Amino acid sequence: MEKESSTGRKAVSAEQSVSQTRSMKKILSGDSIFKGITICFALSILFILLLMVYEMGRESFPSIRQFGLKFITSSTWDAVAEDFGALPFIYGSVISSLLALLLATPLSVGTAIFVTEISQKRIGGIISALVELLAAIPSVIYGLWGVLVMAPWLQRSVQPFLIDHFGYLPFFQGAPYGVSMMAAVIILMIMIVPIITSISKEVLMAIPQSQREAAVALGATRWEMIRMAVLPYGRSGILGAVILGLGRAIGETMAVTMVIGNTPQISLSLLSPAYTMPSVIANEFAETTTRMHSAALMEIGLILLAVTLLVNVLARLLVWSVTRGTAGGGRIQ
Amino acid sequence: MGIKLKLEGVNVFFGNNRAVKDVNIDFHANMVTAIIGPSGCGKSTVLRSINRMHDMVPSARVTGKILLDQTDIYEKNADPVSIRRRIGMVFQKPNPFPAMSIYDNVIAGYKLNGRANRQESDEIVEGSLKRVALWDEVKDRLKKSAMELSGGQQQRLCIARTIAVRPEVILMDEPCSALDPIATAKIEELINELKEQYTVAIVTHNMQQAARVSDYTAFLYLGELIEFDRTGKIFTNPEKKHTEDYITGRFG
Ligand SMILES: Nc1ncnc2c1ncn2[C@@H]1O[C@H](COP(=O)(O)OP(=O)(O)O)[C@@H](O)[C@H]1O
Ligand SMILES: [Mg+2]
Repeated sequence: MEKESSTGRKAVSAEQSVSQTRSMKKILSGDSIFKGITICFALSILFILLLMVYEMGRESFPSIRQFGLKFITSSTWDAVAEDFGALPFIYGSVISSLLALLLATPLSVGTAIFVTEISQKRIGGIISALVELLAAIPSVIYGLWGVLVMAPWLQRSVQPFLIDHFGYLPFFQGAPYGVSMMAAVIILMIMIVPIITSISKEVLMAIPQSQREAAVALGATRWEMIRMAVLPYGRSGILGAVILGLGRAIGETMAVTMVIGNTPQISLSLLSPAYTMPSVIANEFAETTTRMHSAALMEIGLILLAVTLLVNVLARLLVWSVTRGTAGGGRIQ
Repeated sequence: MGIKLKLEGVNVFFGNNRAVKDVNIDFHANMVTAIIGPSGCGKSTVLRSINRMHDMVPSARVTGKILLDQTDIYEKNADPVSIRRRIGMVFQKPNPFPAMSIYDNVIAGYKLNGRANRQESDEIVEGSLKRVALWDEVKDRLKKSAMELSGGQQQRLCIARTIAVRPEVILMDEPCSALDPIATAKIEELINELKEQYTVAIVTHNMQQAARVSDYTAFLYLGELIEFDRTGKIFTNPEKKHTEDYITGRFG
Protein backbone atom coordinates (compact mmCIF):
# COMPACT_ATOMS: atom_id res chain seq x y z
CA MET A 1 0.00 0.00 0.00
CA GLU A 2 2.54 2.55 1.17
CA LYS A 3 5.03 1.58 -1.48
CA GLU A 4 2.46 1.91 -4.21
CA SER A 5 1.37 5.38 -3.21
CA SER A 6 4.93 6.67 -2.88
CA THR A 7 5.95 5.44 -6.33
CA GLY A 8 2.73 6.92 -7.63
CA ARG A 9 3.69 10.25 -6.14
CA LYS A 10 7.12 10.06 -7.69
CA ALA A 11 5.62 9.35 -11.07
CA VAL A 12 3.38 12.40 -10.78
CA SER A 13 6.21 14.73 -9.78
CA ALA A 14 8.36 13.47 -12.65
CA GLU A 15 5.50 14.16 -15.00
CA GLN A 16 5.23 17.71 -13.70
CA SER A 17 8.88 18.45 -14.35
CA VAL A 18 8.55 17.16 -17.90
CA SER A 19 5.66 19.27 -19.02
CA GLN A 20 3.46 21.70 -17.21
CA THR A 21 0.54 21.37 -19.59
CA ARG A 22 0.62 17.62 -19.53
CA SER A 23 0.64 17.64 -15.76
CA MET A 24 -2.36 19.97 -15.75
CA LYS A 25 -4.23 17.43 -17.79
CA LYS A 26 -2.97 14.70 -15.46
CA ILE A 27 -4.34 16.46 -12.37
CA LEU A 28 -7.79 16.51 -13.88
CA SER A 29 -7.66 12.89 -15.03
CA GLY A 30 -9.71 10.21 -13.33
CA ASP A 31 -6.59 8.67 -11.87
CA SER A 32 -5.49 11.66 -9.87
CA ILE A 33 -9.00 12.52 -8.75
CA PHE A 34 -9.34 8.99 -7.45
CA LYS A 35 -5.99 9.25 -5.74
CA GLY A 36 -6.95 12.55 -4.13
CA ILE A 37 -10.14 11.04 -2.78
CA THR A 38 -8.39 8.01 -1.32
CA ILE A 39 -5.74 10.21 0.31
CA CYS A 40 -8.54 12.26 1.88
CA PHE A 41 -10.10 9.09 3.26
CA ALA A 42 -6.78 7.96 4.67
CA LEU A 43 -6.11 11.32 6.29
CA SER A 44 -9.63 11.51 7.70
CA ILE A 45 -8.95 8.34 9.70
CA LEU A 46 -5.96 9.99 11.32
CA PHE A 47 -8.02 13.13 11.87
CA ILE A 48 -10.83 11.17 13.54
CA LEU A 49 -8.31 9.52 15.86
CA LEU A 50 -6.80 12.84 16.86
CA LEU A 51 -10.23 14.37 17.34
CA MET A 52 -11.22 11.44 19.52
CA VAL A 53 -8.16 11.82 21.74
CA TYR A 54 -8.79 15.56 22.01
CA GLU A 55 -12.48 15.13 22.87
CA MET A 56 -11.77 12.45 25.45
CA GLY A 57 -9.05 14.58 26.99
CA ARG A 58 -11.43 17.52 27.21
CA GLU A 59 -14.31 15.48 28.60
CA SER A 60 -12.15 13.79 31.22
CA PHE A 61 -10.46 17.01 32.29
CA PRO A 62 -12.51 17.48 35.50
CA SER A 63 -11.49 14.03 36.68
CA ILE A 64 -7.85 14.49 35.72
CA ARG A 65 -7.70 17.79 37.62
CA GLN A 66 -9.59 16.52 40.66
CA PHE A 67 -7.81 13.20 41.25
CA GLY A 68 -4.46 13.55 39.50
CA LEU A 69 -2.27 10.48 39.94
CA LYS A 70 -4.55 9.19 42.68
CA PHE A 71 -6.91 8.15 39.90
CA ILE A 72 -4.71 5.20 39.01
CA THR A 73 -3.61 4.30 42.55
CA SER A 74 -6.90 4.43 44.40
CA SER A 75 -9.37 1.57 44.65
CA THR A 76 -12.42 3.58 45.62
CA TRP A 77 -15.14 3.76 43.02
CA ASP A 78 -18.02 5.65 44.58
CA ALA A 79 -20.39 7.45 42.23
CA VAL A 80 -22.47 8.91 45.05
CA ALA A 81 -19.52 10.46 46.90
CA GLU A 82 -17.96 11.32 43.55
CA ASP A 83 -14.72 9.67 44.57
CA PHE A 84 -13.12 7.76 41.73
CA GLY A 85 -10.05 5.53 41.52
CA ALA A 86 -9.49 3.14 38.61
CA LEU A 87 -7.00 0.71 40.10
CA PRO A 88 -9.34 -2.34 40.29
CA PHE A 89 -10.24 -1.92 36.61
CA ILE A 90 -6.64 -1.48 35.56
CA TYR A 91 -5.72 -4.50 37.67
CA GLY A 92 -8.55 -6.56 36.20
CA SER A 93 -7.65 -5.65 32.63
CA VAL A 94 -3.94 -6.23 33.05
CA ILE A 95 -4.20 -9.52 34.94
CA SER A 96 -6.93 -11.05 32.79
CA SER A 97 -5.08 -10.12 29.59
CA LEU A 98 -1.68 -11.27 30.76
CA LEU A 99 -2.96 -14.60 32.04
CA ALA A 100 -4.91 -15.16 28.84
CA LEU A 101 -1.74 -14.38 26.92
CA LEU A 102 0.26 -16.79 29.04
CA LEU A 103 -2.12 -19.61 28.13
CA ALA A 104 -2.74 -18.61 24.52
CA THR A 105 0.89 -18.11 23.48
CA PRO A 106 2.15 -21.70 23.68
CA LEU A 107 -1.08 -22.97 22.15
CA SER A 108 -0.96 -20.50 19.26
CA VAL A 109 2.74 -20.70 18.52
CA GLY A 110 2.54 -24.48 18.74
CA THR A 111 -0.34 -24.50 16.27
CA ALA A 112 1.52 -22.18 13.91
CA ILE A 113 4.61 -24.39 14.05
CA PHE A 114 2.54 -27.48 13.43
CA VAL A 115 0.80 -25.92 10.45
CA THR A 116 3.91 -24.47 8.77
CA GLU A 117 6.65 -26.90 9.71
CA ILE A 118 5.18 -30.28 10.52
CA SER A 119 1.79 -31.13 9.09
CA GLN A 120 0.99 -31.89 5.48
CA LYS A 121 -0.14 -28.86 3.49
CA ARG A 122 -3.77 -29.97 3.26
CA ILE A 123 -4.17 -30.74 6.95
CA GLY A 124 -2.39 -27.52 7.83
CA GLY A 125 -4.79 -25.62 5.60
CA ILE A 126 -7.80 -27.15 7.30
CA ILE A 127 -6.47 -26.35 10.76
CA SER A 128 -5.65 -22.75 9.83
CA ALA A 129 -9.12 -22.31 8.37
CA LEU A 130 -10.72 -23.66 11.54
CA VAL A 131 -8.62 -21.43 13.77
CA GLU A 132 -9.46 -18.39 11.65
CA LEU A 133 -13.11 -19.31 11.90
CA LEU A 134 -12.83 -18.77 15.65
CA ALA A 135 -11.93 -15.15 14.92
CA ALA A 136 -15.18 -14.67 13.01
CA ILE A 137 -17.42 -15.59 15.95
CA PRO A 138 -19.01 -12.42 17.38
CA SER A 139 -17.78 -11.70 20.87
CA VAL A 140 -21.29 -11.65 22.31
CA ILE A 141 -21.62 -15.29 21.28
CA TYR A 142 -18.45 -16.10 23.21
CA GLY A 143 -19.94 -14.22 26.16
CA LEU A 144 -23.22 -16.07 25.91
CA TRP A 145 -21.49 -19.43 25.74
CA GLY A 146 -19.25 -18.35 28.59
CA VAL A 147 -22.04 -17.34 30.91
CA LEU A 148 -24.48 -20.13 30.02
CA VAL A 149 -22.14 -23.08 29.55
CA MET A 150 -18.64 -22.43 30.77
CA ALA A 151 -19.30 -20.48 33.99
CA PRO A 152 -21.76 -23.07 35.38
CA TRP A 153 -19.30 -25.82 34.47
CA LEU A 154 -16.49 -23.94 36.24
CA GLN A 155 -18.75 -23.45 39.26
CA ARG A 156 -19.85 -27.08 39.40
CA SER A 157 -16.67 -28.97 38.70
CA VAL A 158 -13.48 -27.07 38.02
CA GLN A 159 -13.51 -24.54 40.82
CA PRO A 160 -14.57 -26.94 43.61
CA PHE A 161 -11.80 -29.26 42.45
CA LEU A 162 -9.25 -26.45 42.61
CA ILE A 163 -10.49 -25.37 46.03
CA ASP A 164 -10.27 -28.92 47.37
CA HIS A 165 -6.81 -29.69 46.02
CA PHE A 166 -5.08 -26.34 45.67
CA GLY A 167 -7.09 -24.27 48.14
CA TYR A 168 -3.96 -23.50 50.13
CA LEU A 169 -2.71 -21.33 47.26
CA PRO A 170 -3.90 -17.71 47.30
CA PHE A 171 -5.06 -18.10 43.69
CA PHE A 172 -7.79 -20.61 44.47
CA GLN A 173 -9.45 -19.27 47.60
CA GLY A 174 -13.02 -18.23 48.26
CA ALA A 175 -16.34 -19.55 47.05
CA PRO A 176 -16.90 -20.91 43.53
CA TYR A 177 -19.00 -18.29 41.75
CA GLY A 178 -18.50 -19.44 38.20
CA VAL A 179 -18.38 -15.92 36.82
CA SER A 180 -14.88 -14.86 37.80
CA MET A 181 -11.45 -13.76 36.73
CA MET A 182 -10.86 -17.36 35.73
CA ALA A 183 -13.83 -17.37 33.36
CA ALA A 184 -12.62 -14.14 31.77
CA VAL A 185 -9.12 -15.53 31.32
CA ILE A 186 -10.40 -18.64 29.57
CA ILE A 187 -12.74 -16.71 27.28
CA LEU A 188 -10.01 -14.24 26.40
CA MET A 189 -7.58 -17.04 25.73
CA ILE A 190 -9.95 -18.63 23.21
CA MET A 191 -10.56 -15.26 21.61
CA ILE A 192 -6.90 -14.34 21.10
CA VAL A 193 -5.63 -17.72 19.91
CA PRO A 194 -6.73 -17.03 16.29
CA ILE A 195 -4.91 -13.72 15.96
CA ILE A 196 -1.68 -14.97 17.53
CA THR A 197 -1.81 -18.16 15.49
CA SER A 198 -2.46 -16.55 12.14
CA ILE A 199 0.17 -13.85 12.54
CA SER A 200 2.75 -16.30 13.88
CA LYS A 201 1.97 -18.43 10.85
CA GLU A 202 2.61 -15.49 8.52
CA VAL A 203 5.89 -14.85 10.31
CA LEU A 204 7.02 -18.47 10.06
CA MET A 205 6.06 -18.64 6.39
CA ALA A 206 8.17 -15.55 5.71
CA ILE A 207 11.30 -17.30 7.00
CA PRO A 208 13.54 -18.13 4.03
CA GLN A 209 13.68 -21.82 3.18
CA SER A 210 17.47 -21.46 3.06
CA GLN A 211 17.47 -21.07 6.86
CA ARG A 212 15.72 -24.40 7.30
CA GLU A 213 18.05 -26.03 4.78
CA ALA A 214 21.08 -24.66 6.62
CA ALA A 215 20.00 -26.40 9.81
CA VAL A 216 18.94 -29.64 8.16
CA ALA A 217 22.21 -29.85 6.21
CA LEU A 218 24.09 -29.68 9.51
CA GLY A 219 22.29 -32.80 10.64
CA ALA A 220 19.43 -31.23 12.57
CA THR A 221 16.27 -33.23 13.15
CA ARG A 222 12.99 -31.50 12.41
CA TRP A 223 12.63 -30.33 15.99
CA GLU A 224 16.25 -29.16 16.13
CA MET A 225 15.70 -27.26 12.90
CA ILE A 226 12.70 -25.49 14.41
CA ARG A 227 14.64 -24.61 17.55
CA MET A 228 17.84 -23.62 15.78
CA ALA A 229 16.72 -21.86 12.60
CA VAL A 230 13.00 -21.19 12.60
CA LEU A 231 12.18 -19.84 16.06
CA PRO A 232 15.23 -17.56 16.48
CA TYR A 233 14.65 -16.08 13.03
CA GLY A 234 10.97 -15.48 13.72
CA ARG A 235 11.48 -14.42 17.34
CA SER A 236 10.63 -10.74 17.04
CA GLY A 237 7.73 -11.38 14.67
CA ILE A 238 6.21 -13.94 17.01
CA LEU A 239 6.67 -11.52 19.89
CA GLY A 240 4.77 -9.00 17.77
CA ALA A 241 1.96 -11.49 17.23
CA VAL A 242 1.77 -12.09 20.97
CA ILE A 243 1.63 -8.37 21.72
CA LEU A 244 -1.08 -7.94 19.11
CA GLY A 245 -3.01 -10.62 21.00
CA LEU A 246 -2.45 -8.61 24.16
CA GLY A 247 -3.94 -5.55 22.49
CA ARG A 248 -6.97 -7.55 21.48
CA ALA A 249 -7.38 -8.95 25.01
CA ILE A 250 -7.09 -5.58 26.73
CA GLY A 251 -9.71 -4.02 24.50
CA GLU A 252 -12.19 -6.91 24.54
CA THR A 253 -15.42 -5.74 26.16
CA MET A 254 -18.56 -7.76 25.55
CA ALA A 255 -17.50 -11.31 26.31
CA VAL A 256 -15.48 -10.29 29.34
CA THR A 257 -18.27 -8.15 30.74
CA MET A 258 -20.58 -11.14 30.56
CA VAL A 259 -18.35 -13.55 32.46
CA ILE A 260 -16.07 -11.60 34.81
CA GLY A 261 -18.63 -10.76 37.47
CA ASN A 262 -18.19 -6.97 37.34
CA THR A 263 -17.05 -6.38 40.90
CA PRO A 264 -14.42 -3.69 41.41
CA GLN A 265 -12.06 -5.49 43.73
CA ILE A 266 -8.42 -6.52 43.73
CA SER A 267 -8.06 -10.15 44.68
CA LEU A 268 -5.29 -12.62 44.02
CA SER A 269 -7.85 -15.38 43.75
CA LEU A 270 -8.81 -16.37 40.24
CA LEU A 271 -12.15 -17.54 41.59
CA SER A 272 -13.24 -14.04 42.62
CA PRO A 273 -15.23 -11.81 40.32
CA ALA A 274 -13.33 -8.82 38.97
CA TYR A 275 -13.84 -5.89 36.64
CA THR A 276 -12.03 -4.46 33.60
CA MET A 277 -11.68 -1.02 32.07
CA PRO A 278 -13.84 -1.65 29.00
CA SER A 279 -16.46 -3.41 31.13
CA VAL A 280 -16.94 -0.54 33.55
CA ILE A 281 -17.26 1.92 30.69
CA ALA A 282 -19.84 -0.22 28.94
CA ASN A 283 -21.82 -0.88 32.12
CA GLU A 284 -21.93 2.59 33.60
CA PHE A 285 -21.85 5.00 30.74
CA ALA A 286 -25.60 5.06 30.09
CA GLU A 287 -26.46 5.82 33.70
CA THR A 288 -24.01 8.52 34.74
CA THR A 289 -25.72 11.23 36.74
CA THR A 290 -22.88 13.60 37.46
CA ARG A 291 -20.31 15.33 35.32
CA MET A 292 -17.52 13.87 37.45
CA HIS A 293 -18.74 10.32 36.95
CA SER A 294 -18.69 10.60 33.17
CA ALA A 295 -15.34 12.40 33.31
CA ALA A 296 -13.90 9.50 35.33
CA LEU A 297 -15.22 6.99 32.79
CA MET A 298 -13.73 9.10 30.00
CA GLU A 299 -10.38 9.06 31.74
CA ILE A 300 -10.50 5.27 31.93
CA GLY A 301 -11.27 5.31 28.22
CA LEU A 302 -8.25 7.52 27.63
CA ILE A 303 -5.97 5.17 29.56
CA LEU A 304 -7.36 2.22 27.62
CA LEU A 305 -6.88 3.97 24.30
CA ALA A 306 -3.30 4.93 25.12
CA VAL A 307 -2.42 1.39 26.20
CA THR A 308 -3.98 -0.31 23.18
CA LEU A 309 -2.45 2.16 20.71
CA LEU A 310 0.98 1.70 22.23
CA VAL A 311 0.68 -2.07 22.26
CA ASN A 312 -0.51 -2.18 18.65
CA VAL A 313 2.20 0.09 17.26
CA LEU A 314 4.88 -1.92 19.04
CA ALA A 315 3.42 -5.20 17.78
CA ARG A 316 3.15 -4.05 14.15
CA LEU A 317 6.75 -2.89 14.18
CA LEU A 318 7.93 -6.27 15.45
CA VAL A 319 5.89 -8.25 12.93
CA TRP A 320 7.02 -5.98 10.13
CA SER A 321 10.66 -6.49 11.06
CA VAL A 322 10.36 -10.14 10.07
CA THR A 323 7.84 -10.16 7.23
CA ARG A 324 9.02 -7.08 5.30
CA GLY A 325 10.28 -7.79 1.83
CA THR A 326 8.07 -10.84 1.44
CA ALA A 327 4.91 -9.50 -0.12
CA GLY A 328 2.00 -11.22 1.52
CA GLY A 329 4.36 -13.16 3.76
CA GLY A 330 4.70 -16.04 1.29
CA ARG A 331 7.42 -18.63 1.68
CA ILE A 332 10.58 -17.95 -0.28
CA GLN A 333 11.76 -21.05 -2.10
CA MET B 1 42.56 -43.55 -4.28
CA GLY B 2 39.25 -45.15 -3.58
CA ILE B 3 35.78 -44.15 -4.51
CA LYS B 4 34.09 -42.45 -1.59
CA LEU B 5 30.68 -41.92 -3.10
CA LYS B 6 28.99 -43.59 -6.02
CA LEU B 7 25.80 -42.60 -7.83
CA GLU B 8 24.21 -45.57 -9.61
CA GLY B 9 21.26 -44.98 -11.91
CA VAL B 10 19.96 -42.05 -9.90
CA ASN B 11 16.64 -40.54 -10.94
CA VAL B 12 14.92 -37.64 -9.24
CA PHE B 13 11.24 -36.95 -9.79
CA PHE B 14 9.22 -33.90 -8.79
CA GLY B 15 5.68 -35.19 -9.08
CA ASN B 16 5.66 -36.65 -12.57
CA ASN B 17 8.53 -34.50 -13.78
CA ARG B 18 11.72 -36.53 -14.07
CA ALA B 19 14.36 -33.87 -13.43
CA VAL B 20 17.37 -36.20 -13.22
CA LYS B 21 17.66 -39.25 -15.47
CA ASP B 22 19.73 -42.29 -14.76
CA VAL B 23 22.85 -40.52 -13.58
CA ASN B 24 26.04 -42.42 -12.68
CA ILE B 25 28.96 -40.53 -11.13
CA ASP B 26 31.91 -41.71 -9.02
CA PHE B 27 33.27 -39.29 -6.46
CA HIS B 28 36.87 -40.11 -5.63
CA ALA B 29 38.08 -39.71 -2.09
CA ASN B 30 40.16 -36.57 -1.46
CA MET B 31 39.41 -35.16 -4.86
CA VAL B 32 37.21 -32.39 -6.12
CA THR B 33 34.49 -33.36 -8.54
CA ALA B 34 32.75 -30.58 -10.45
CA ILE B 35 29.24 -30.81 -11.87
CA ILE B 36 28.71 -28.44 -14.77
CA GLY B 37 25.93 -27.78 -17.23
CA PRO B 38 23.50 -25.09 -18.32
CA SER B 39 21.04 -23.60 -15.86
CA GLY B 40 18.09 -25.87 -15.07
CA CYS B 41 19.86 -29.06 -16.18
CA GLY B 42 19.57 -30.64 -12.73
CA LYS B 43 22.96 -29.91 -11.13
CA SER B 44 21.49 -28.80 -7.82
CA THR B 45 18.99 -31.60 -7.91
CA VAL B 46 21.75 -34.19 -8.25
CA LEU B 47 23.78 -32.59 -5.48
CA ARG B 48 20.81 -32.37 -3.11
CA SER B 49 20.02 -36.03 -3.62
CA ILE B 50 23.43 -36.85 -2.13
CA ASN B 51 22.58 -35.61 1.36
CA ARG B 52 18.89 -36.44 1.13
CA MET B 53 17.87 -32.79 1.00
CA HIS B 54 14.91 -33.79 -1.17
CA ASP B 55 13.36 -35.35 1.92
CA MET B 56 12.20 -31.81 2.69
CA VAL B 57 10.20 -31.54 -0.53
CA PRO B 58 7.02 -33.63 -0.32
CA SER B 59 6.66 -34.04 -4.10
CA ALA B 60 10.26 -35.20 -4.61
CA ARG B 61 11.23 -38.86 -5.09
CA VAL B 62 14.67 -40.36 -5.61
CA THR B 63 15.35 -43.76 -7.15
CA GLY B 64 18.60 -45.60 -7.82
CA LYS B 65 21.51 -46.07 -5.48
CA ILE B 66 23.81 -43.58 -3.78
CA LEU B 67 26.59 -45.49 -2.09
CA LEU B 68 28.62 -43.81 0.63
CA ASP B 69 31.47 -46.20 1.46
CA GLN B 70 29.48 -48.97 -0.23
CA THR B 71 26.35 -48.38 1.85
CA ASP B 72 23.22 -47.07 0.13
CA ILE B 73 22.10 -43.86 1.84
CA TYR B 74 18.55 -44.44 0.55
CA GLU B 75 18.31 -47.85 2.17
CA LYS B 76 15.12 -48.40 4.16
CA ASN B 77 16.74 -48.14 7.58
CA ALA B 78 19.27 -45.44 6.69
CA ASP B 79 19.00 -42.41 8.97
CA PRO B 80 19.01 -39.15 6.97
CA VAL B 81 20.14 -37.12 9.98
CA SER B 82 23.33 -39.09 10.54
CA ILE B 83 23.96 -39.18 6.79
CA ARG B 84 23.83 -35.39 6.68
CA ARG B 85 26.40 -35.26 9.47
CA ARG B 86 28.72 -37.25 7.23
CA ILE B 87 27.84 -35.30 4.09
CA GLY B 88 27.83 -31.54 4.69
CA MET B 89 26.50 -28.91 2.33
CA VAL B 90 27.30 -25.30 1.46
CA PHE B 91 24.63 -23.36 -0.38
CA GLN B 92 24.54 -20.90 -3.23
CA LYS B 93 23.66 -17.91 -1.09
CA PRO B 94 25.50 -17.62 2.24
CA ASN B 95 22.93 -18.55 4.88
CA PRO B 96 24.38 -17.99 8.35
CA PHE B 97 21.89 -17.94 11.21
CA PRO B 98 21.22 -14.23 11.68
CA ALA B 99 20.13 -14.52 15.30
CA MET B 100 23.42 -16.18 16.29
CA SER B 101 26.89 -14.82 16.88
CA ILE B 102 29.81 -15.79 14.67
CA TYR B 103 30.95 -18.21 17.37
CA ASP B 104 27.53 -19.81 17.76
CA ASN B 105 27.16 -20.17 14.02
CA VAL B 106 30.35 -22.18 13.76
CA ILE B 107 29.50 -24.46 16.67
CA ALA B 108 25.77 -24.80 15.88
CA GLY B 109 26.02 -28.05 13.94
CA TYR B 110 28.60 -29.61 16.22
CA LYS B 111 26.43 -28.95 19.27
CA LEU B 112 23.68 -31.09 17.75
CA ASN B 113 25.80 -34.13 18.51
CA GLY B 114 25.44 -33.49 22.21
CA ARG B 115 26.77 -31.05 24.75
CA ALA B 116 30.25 -29.78 23.99
CA ASN B 117 32.25 -28.35 26.85
CA ARG B 118 33.60 -24.86 26.69
CA GLN B 119 37.20 -25.71 25.90
CA GLU B 120 36.25 -28.23 23.24
CA SER B 121 33.93 -25.69 21.60
CA ASP B 122 36.62 -23.01 21.64
CA GLU B 123 39.06 -25.35 19.96
CA ILE B 124 36.60 -26.39 17.28
CA VAL B 125 35.58 -22.81 16.53
CA GLU B 126 39.16 -21.65 16.30
CA GLY B 127 40.24 -24.65 14.23
CA SER B 128 37.33 -24.37 11.79
CA LEU B 129 37.74 -20.63 11.34
CA LYS B 130 41.48 -21.03 10.77
CA ARG B 131 40.77 -23.74 8.23
CA VAL B 132 38.69 -21.30 6.16
CA ALA B 133 41.20 -18.45 6.74
CA LEU B 134 38.64 -16.38 8.59
CA TRP B 135 40.11 -16.54 12.07
CA ASP B 136 42.33 -13.46 11.82
CA GLU B 137 39.47 -11.40 10.43
CA VAL B 138 36.95 -12.27 13.15
CA LYS B 139 38.86 -13.39 16.25
CA ASP B 140 38.18 -10.10 18.02
CA ARG B 141 34.44 -10.15 17.37
CA LEU B 142 33.37 -13.75 17.78
CA LYS B 143 30.40 -12.65 19.87
CA LYS B 144 29.15 -10.24 17.21
CA SER B 145 26.32 -11.10 14.86
CA ALA B 146 27.25 -13.08 11.76
CA MET B 147 25.32 -10.53 9.71
CA GLU B 148 28.11 -7.99 10.23
CA LEU B 149 30.36 -9.97 7.90
CA SER B 150 30.69 -9.37 4.17
CA GLY B 151 29.17 -11.85 1.72
CA GLY B 152 32.48 -13.60 1.12
CA GLN B 153 33.17 -13.82 4.85
CA GLN B 154 29.68 -15.17 5.44
CA GLN B 155 30.25 -17.89 2.87
CA ARG B 156 33.53 -18.87 4.52
CA LEU B 157 31.70 -18.87 7.84
CA CYS B 158 29.17 -21.27 6.35
CA ILE B 159 31.99 -23.52 5.20
CA ALA B 160 33.53 -23.35 8.68
CA ARG B 161 30.15 -24.28 10.15
CA THR B 162 30.00 -27.26 7.80
CA ILE B 163 33.49 -28.58 8.55
CA ALA B 164 33.00 -28.08 12.31
CA VAL B 165 30.65 -31.07 12.14
CA ARG B 166 33.60 -33.11 10.78
CA PRO B 167 31.87 -34.48 7.70
CA GLU B 168 33.54 -36.82 5.23
CA VAL B 169 32.06 -35.29 2.11
CA ILE B 170 31.35 -31.61 1.40
CA LEU B 171 28.79 -30.62 -1.22
CA MET B 172 28.90 -27.09 -2.59
CA ASP B 173 26.15 -25.66 -4.76
CA GLU B 174 27.58 -22.72 -6.71
CA PRO B 175 29.27 -21.42 -3.56
CA CYS B 176 30.76 -18.39 -5.31
CA SER B 177 27.87 -17.23 -7.43
CA ALA B 178 26.92 -14.49 -4.97
CA LEU B 179 30.51 -13.34 -4.41
CA ASP B 180 32.92 -10.86 -5.96
CA PRO B 181 36.11 -12.06 -7.73
CA ILE B 182 38.40 -11.60 -4.71
CA ALA B 183 36.11 -13.54 -2.40
CA THR B 184 35.73 -16.14 -5.13
CA ALA B 185 39.49 -16.58 -5.39
CA LYS B 186 39.68 -17.13 -1.64
CA ILE B 187 36.99 -19.80 -1.71
CA GLU B 188 38.65 -21.55 -4.62
CA GLU B 189 41.95 -21.62 -2.76
CA LEU B 190 40.10 -23.03 0.21
CA ILE B 191 38.49 -25.79 -1.86
CA ASN B 192 41.95 -26.78 -2.98
CA GLU B 193 43.04 -27.17 0.63
CA LEU B 194 39.86 -28.89 1.75
CA LYS B 195 40.44 -31.88 -0.48
CA GLU B 196 43.38 -32.96 1.67
CA GLN B 197 40.82 -33.97 4.26
CA TYR B 198 37.50 -34.21 2.50
CA THR B 199 35.85 -35.44 -0.63
CA VAL B 200 34.41 -32.40 -2.36
CA ALA B 201 31.60 -32.08 -4.90
CA ILE B 202 31.02 -28.66 -6.38
CA VAL B 203 28.30 -27.44 -8.70
CA THR B 204 29.29 -24.50 -10.85
CA HIS B 205 28.05 -22.80 -13.97
CA ASN B 206 31.48 -21.21 -14.35
CA MET B 207 33.64 -23.44 -16.52
CA GLN B 208 36.89 -21.68 -15.69
CA GLN B 209 36.14 -22.38 -12.06
CA ALA B 210 35.52 -26.05 -12.75
CA ALA B 211 38.78 -26.22 -14.68
CA ARG B 212 40.68 -24.48 -11.89
CA VAL B 213 39.45 -26.36 -8.85
CA SER B 214 38.36 -29.83 -9.89
CA ASP B 215 40.02 -33.17 -10.59
CA TYR B 216 36.96 -34.74 -12.19
CA THR B 217 34.12 -33.12 -14.07
CA ALA B 218 30.60 -34.31 -14.82
CA PHE B 219 28.68 -32.59 -17.59
CA LEU B 220 24.90 -32.70 -17.26
CA TYR B 221 22.37 -31.70 -19.85
CA LEU B 222 18.58 -31.81 -19.49
CA GLY B 223 18.87 -34.08 -16.47
CA GLU B 224 21.16 -36.58 -18.18
CA LEU B 225 24.84 -37.20 -17.59
CA ILE B 226 26.48 -36.54 -20.94
CA GLU B 227 30.10 -37.13 -19.96
CA PHE B 228 32.15 -37.80 -16.85
CA ASP B 229 35.93 -37.87 -16.85
CA ARG B 230 39.12 -36.30 -15.53
CA THR B 231 38.80 -32.53 -15.70
CA GLY B 232 41.87 -32.26 -17.94
CA LYS B 233 40.30 -34.65 -20.44
CA ILE B 234 36.87 -32.97 -20.39
CA PHE B 235 38.34 -29.55 -21.05
CA THR B 236 40.92 -30.47 -23.66
CA ASN B 237 39.68 -33.54 -25.44
CA PRO B 238 36.08 -34.47 -24.62
CA GLU B 239 34.59 -37.63 -26.08
CA LYS B 240 31.22 -36.13 -26.88
CA LYS B 241 30.51 -33.39 -29.39
CA HIS B 242 27.87 -32.06 -27.01
CA THR B 243 30.41 -31.54 -24.24
CA GLU B 244 32.81 -29.81 -26.56
CA ASP B 245 30.09 -27.44 -27.76
CA TYR B 246 29.27 -26.51 -24.19
CA ILE B 247 32.92 -26.10 -23.11
CA THR B 248 33.71 -23.89 -26.06
CA GLY B 249 30.63 -21.80 -25.38
CA ARG B 250 28.75 -22.74 -28.51
CA PHE B 251 25.54 -23.08 -26.48
CA GLY B 252 24.48 -22.85 -22.93
N1 LIG C 1 11.61 -28.15 -5.44
C1 LIG C 1 11.34 -28.42 -6.74
N2 LIG C 1 10.07 -28.70 -7.12
C2 LIG C 1 9.77 -28.97 -8.41
N3 LIG C 1 10.68 -29.00 -9.40
C3 LIG C 1 11.96 -28.74 -9.09
C4 LIG C 1 12.36 -28.43 -7.74
N4 LIG C 1 13.70 -28.22 -7.73
C5 LIG C 1 14.11 -28.40 -9.00
N5 LIG C 1 13.08 -28.71 -9.82
C6 LIG C 1 13.16 -28.97 -11.26
O1 LIG C 1 14.35 -29.65 -11.54
C7 LIG C 1 15.00 -29.12 -12.67
C8 LIG C 1 16.46 -28.93 -12.40
O2 LIG C 1 16.62 -27.88 -11.48
P1 LIG C 1 18.01 -27.59 -10.76
O3 LIG C 1 18.58 -28.84 -10.27
O4 LIG C 1 17.77 -26.52 -9.75
O5 LIG C 1 18.89 -27.01 -11.94
P2 LIG C 1 20.34 -26.36 -11.89
O6 LIG C 1 20.83 -26.39 -10.51
O7 LIG C 1 21.17 -27.18 -12.84
O8 LIG C 1 20.19 -24.98 -12.42
C9 LIG C 1 14.30 -27.84 -13.04
O9 LIG C 1 13.74 -27.98 -14.32
C10 LIG C 1 13.23 -27.66 -12.01
O10 LIG C 1 12.00 -27.44 -12.66
MG1 LIG D 1 21.24 -24.82 -9.15
